[in-house]
Amino acid sequence: MAFGAFATSTAVAEPAARRKSPIALLLLLPGLLYLGLFFLVPLFSLVITSLQQPDPVVFGQFENAFRWENYVTVLQQYWPQTVRAFGYAALATLFALLIGFPLAYFIGITLRRWPLLQALALVLVIAPFFISFLLRTIAWKQLFSDEGPIVGFLQALAILPGDAAITGSAFAVVFGLTYNFIPFMTLPIYTSLERLDLRYVEAGGDLYASPRSTFFRVTLPLAAPGIMSGTLLTFIPAAGDYVNASREFLGSTDTAMIGNVIEANFLVLQNFPAAAALSLVLMAAILILVSAYVKRSGTEDLL
Amino acid sequence: MSTSAVPQSGFAEAGADLELVGITKRFPGFTAIEDLDLRIPAGSFFALLGPSGCGKTTTLRLIAGLEEPTAGRILIGGKDVTATKAFQRPVNTVFQSYALFPHMTILENVAFGLKRRKMANADALAHEALRLVELDHVSSRKPSQLSGGQQQRVALARAIVNRPALLLLDEPLGALDLKLRRQMQIELKDIQDTVGLTFLHVTHDQEEAMTMADTVAVMNKGVIEQMGAPQELYELPHTAFVATFLGQSNLMSGAVVSSSGTSMVVDVAGNRVEVPRERAQRHSGELTIGVRPEKVTLHGSEPKRETGRNLVGPGRITDVSFSGVSTQYEVTSPVFGIFTVFAQNTSISRMHHDGDEVWMSWDVGHTFGLADEPSTVPALRFDDDTDTSMIATQRREQLEAELEGA
Ligand SMILES: Nc1ncnc2c1ncn2[C@@H]1O[C@H](COP(=O)(O)OP(=O)(O)OP(=O)(O)O)[C@@H](O)[C@H]1O
Ligand SMILES: [Mg+2]
Repeated sequence: MAFGAFATSTAVAEPAARRKSPIALLLLLPGLLYLGLFFLVPLFSLVITSLQQPDPVVFGQFENAFRWENYVTVLQQYWPQTVRAFGYAALATLFALLIGFPLAYFIGITLRRWPLLQALALVLVIAPFFISFLLRTIAWKQLFSDEGPIVGFLQALAILPGDAAITGSAFAVVFGLTYNFIPFMTLPIYTSLERLDLRYVEAGGDLYASPRSTFFRVTLPLAAPGIMSGTLLTFIPAAGDYVNASREFLGSTDTAMIGNVIEANFLVLQNFPAAAALSLVLMAAILILVSAYVKRSGTEDLL
Repeated sequence: MSTSAVPQSGFAEAGADLELVGITKRFPGFTAIEDLDLRIPAGSFFALLGPSGCGKTTTLRLIAGLEEPTAGRILIGGKDVTATKAFQRPVNTVFQSYALFPHMTILENVAFGLKRRKMANADALAHEALRLVELDHVSSRKPSQLSGGQQQRVALARAIVNRPALLLLDEPLGALDLKLRRQMQIELKDIQDTVGLTFLHVTHDQEEAMTMADTVAVMNKGVIEQMGAPQELYELPHTAFVATFLGQSNLMSGAVVSSSGTSMVVDVAGNRVEVPRERAQRHSGELTIGVRPEKVTLHGSEPKRETGRNLVGPGRITDVSFSGVSTQYEVTSPVFGIFTVFAQNTSISRMHHDGDEVWMSWDVGHTFGLADEPSTVPALRFDDDTDTSMIATQRREQLEAELEGA
């Protein structure tokens, strides 16, 4: 009976705790203002820009309109770059996961008994951030350049033909994306593996699951929240990235991604409606892909 | 590992022997288990009893394969499994910390072991095991949505559903209320009896150990102090630790003053106390002897000495607590310290009162002699001329020491 009484009292208490208090609203205010000012207003202006049409009088000026055909035009013109962007981003996410997970596992579980080494390894994962990623990407361009050591080495081994190049290829772009996003993948996975209770792993072994089976049925599901955040943190910025794939860095016109065409339309061609429409397409595509992903992976694991 | 000890499918048909040979486990800077030898015959219910931190869980982990022994060998069913991994041993554990998989439902948890062994009707068997612990109605919940006692029962179901040849239970009933605990004890005993599995049961509850087990082992500081049938252990403890850990004991010490072929007489501060030779672990010098409180009879006046009965006294009753079926008296004397006496409340027995002067007697055959040096038994360190206040202090110190040790 006492339990029954307790249960009802907590059930009653819960809505009370959830009732909106004015202080909570007050605390939310700066965040809401920030969101309104720096997200909703630009988004709104982006939508307006994307529907503009060229000024019939002044060349290079645009006037407000409702030209939804802009979207059809950019999709027709730039669908290869759009598809490529998501393809490259997906590949980079996969490779970053394949490299980041074992790394996170090593730091979070294998090194658990040596906290000092663990801290050192974490610093090493974060260390690349101390140097601008532009510089690091340029450095890779140098390493991959036609006169660079890597191409020379591969040509000497006759793996690459004499006239081959790495820079400007899809490989170089995906490599650059993977390289740049590995820490974003590793850190969230590390966080969830670091607090993984190894007693669950022991229980798996006790219940006849081989180490492999225990890994796939216990360790991996318990690390899912970290994998989820890691893949999102990699995939979303990678899909919109315009540095790695640009001609100044690791890419060429053949590897241009949606980020590169948005950049070109805004800054070079000054076709603002096209750039705005592409930005919104990118945003919508990411939203759809990510929500499908989150839904499939089960939202409760994110908590 | 081509020859795994785990049957690929089906349940164990019978329990397996367990044998530990010279097992030692050292953690960095700490020896948890010291040269442990243990043999548990197939199909027996073995209880491991001991104070917190004495190495019970460590022993189970070694047997389950979750910890590697520093030295020694482990044999299950005659097979040396020392080098095999946990998942290859025909052993299941009910973990002290439950260790239920938080991302799986209760049903998935319970069916986990069966599915790993590719049992056909895993879900049906899991439901059956859940019904056994009365939790089938929560089978689709996650562990975090259960109470502690419910989680413990799920942990129990998850292990016994596999019907392993050897089941290790690490305080599997600790979080349950008395009624449920009794019920689970009966269920466990039932399963063990019908299938003939070998159970190694760790518990803090000595009553549980005594009522359920065929053999009880009392462990202290990484060594097994004594092992045997519950009654044997209770009636004839070999060490002061066992005498006081398993039930209560009145301990006394003194020098052997005379000795015949069958018995010895010990001088306890002027009282001559006789102990049968075969009930004593040592036979000369200073001796610690004891008697269980319920074996002692109180006398309001000095009775006549009889052969075959030990008599000590006088002492003064310092505490009386009535508990229905029996009354517990505490008798204090500057000579032999504190004596605890349990008296059945039968109609003819007369009540004694606080402050009464009493004598105590018991059958010589109930006296036991311990293996400990008297100087190492904390309860016995007092002199002949100690006054009551000092005894009170000693008693408090002794209690504190016990609490610290616990
Ligand atoms: N990994 C470890 N490293 C160092 N010492 C340990 C480790 N595991 C256990 N110990 C120590 O070994 C001793 C025995 O521990 P164990 O868990 O076996 O105790 P227990 O008898 O099960 O106690 P309880 O009844 O409280 O569960 C304890 O003193 C404990 O501190
Ligand atoms: Mg324990």
